[in-house]
Amino acid sequence: METVWAYRGLLFDGTVVTVQLAIASLLLAVFFGLIGATAKLSSNRLSQKIAGAYTTLIRGVPDLVLMMLLFYGGQQLLNEFGELTGWWEYLEINQFTSGIFSIGFVFGAYMTETFRGAILAIPRGQIEAGIACGMTSMKIFRRITWPQMVRFALPGFANNWLVLVKATALVSVIGLHDLVWNASTAGRSVREPFTFMFTVLIIYLFLTAVSDVGLRWLDRRYNVGVRKV
Amino acid sequence: MEESKSRTFWEYLTYISENKSPLDFVLVWDHIDRFLWGALLTLEITILALLLGGVLSVPMAIARAYKHRWLNFPIWCFTYFFRGTPLLVQTYLIYYGLAQFESVRESFLWDPVLSSAWWCALIVFTLNTAGYTTEFLRGSIETTPAGEIEAARACGMSPMTMLRRVVLPSAFRRALPAYSNEVIFMLHGSVVLSTITLQDLLGAGRWLNGRYYLAYEGFITAMLFYMVLVFIISRGFSLWEKHWLVHLRQRESETGAVAARAG
Repeated sequence: METVWAYRGLLFDGTVVTVQLAIASLLLAVFFGLIGATAKLSSNRLSQKIAGAYTTLIRGVPDLVLMMLLFYGGQQLLNEFGELTGWWEYLEINQFTSGIFSIGFVFGAYMTETFRGAILAIPRGQIEAGIACGMTSMKIFRRITWPQMVRFALPGFANNWLVLVKATALVSVIGLHDLVWNASTAGRSVREPFTFMFTVLIIYLFLTAVSDVGLRWLDRRYNVGVRKV
Repeated sequence: MEESKSRTFWEYLTYISENKSPLDFVLVWDHIDRFLWGALLTLEITILALLLGGVLSVPMAIARAYKHRWLNFPIWCFTYFFRGTPLLVQTYLIYYGLAQFESVRESFLWDPVLSSAWWCALIVFTLNTAGYTTEFLRGSIETTPAGEIEAARACGMSPMTMLRRVVLPSAFRRALPAYSNEVIFMLHGSVVLSTITLQDLLGAGRWLNGRYYLAYEGFITAMLFYMVLVFIISRGFSLWEKHWLVHLRQRESETGAVAARAG
């Protein structure tokens, strides 16, 4: 235990990287999810097809595979493209960026399903009422769809977030100096891998517990007007 | 004549693959056996873990659902721990971590079991899937309709008989959709195998890319393999659901009415 305390700075830095990665990928996932849900619900056949292919692809492929494809393959693709067009010299995608993009892309698909379900749960009559009142589609989204969508989507959103936090651990495999990477390096150098990995598990449990509190707060906030039986 | 023609065709294909095509598919084809072995290992560990974990989870779910005085809390701790932490770190903890202890290294379990990546992965995956399965199985046991239980009591069934004949069969059926997700997540999770020296599907892809210094081929091939596996699993489960949940399906006319309303 003293060794873990001696390495507390390293573990803390790693935790910060993990949390940053998780939050940045969550934002990207929400972005992809909103686009995906809009595409799935739109009347345009092509966008429905594309969004359908997106969610099917993600369900079919493990996140680490996509992450590696993006980290190694995406890098090469970007540079080949730059060479071809002459728009840029040599670009390097670092582990953090490819982690954000692959996790965001993967969880965007899960968010798509969550948001789609939530939007479908809003009674159609309310949107028609908004149109009848002369609201613009932007205003309908802001005043009618969004507040209720958030409420319906929260349980699924909470679940996705908890899975996402755990998925960030995989980025250590492509070498990001996150909590897992730092701890396993430290654990190996002092020959106490079990102690360090156990500490990592405790930190993940702590992150989960903290997000539970936050999610419960959100849940209360967006369910203010709902009658409880 | 035919022989030489086909060989030139193959040579032509190799030429295209190496020089023109963005992906060297002939190279992948030459090493397809690696991927097949990788798929076999992935499936082997995933299926074994699912079977063992499934068997473990049933008594735990029952103990949780009926709030057993001594077992409820420890099982809750177990599931909270395994559901709240990444599978990767759990695997590292057992595979890399256990060697820290002298007593483990000298125990009789060390040589055949705990020093082997295969066994460590199987143990961790089994416990992990048992954690998830326990919780949703508990959920579906708890949502057994009260009427079914009352009917079983009215028939004079003992608690054991009721569990065996009424509660579990209906709980398993309601848990089936969640279980198909768990199976797919477990397959996704099995990529962790390649991080502890095992040659699973992703491991085969990484090997190919490393050996020939490639960026796409290995990962894309592994990706296609995973997609095929997930497709087969989803198909299998939807057939199973049709078979098991046939009594819950809406009648044809009703389905039509619902579709008309939604559209």
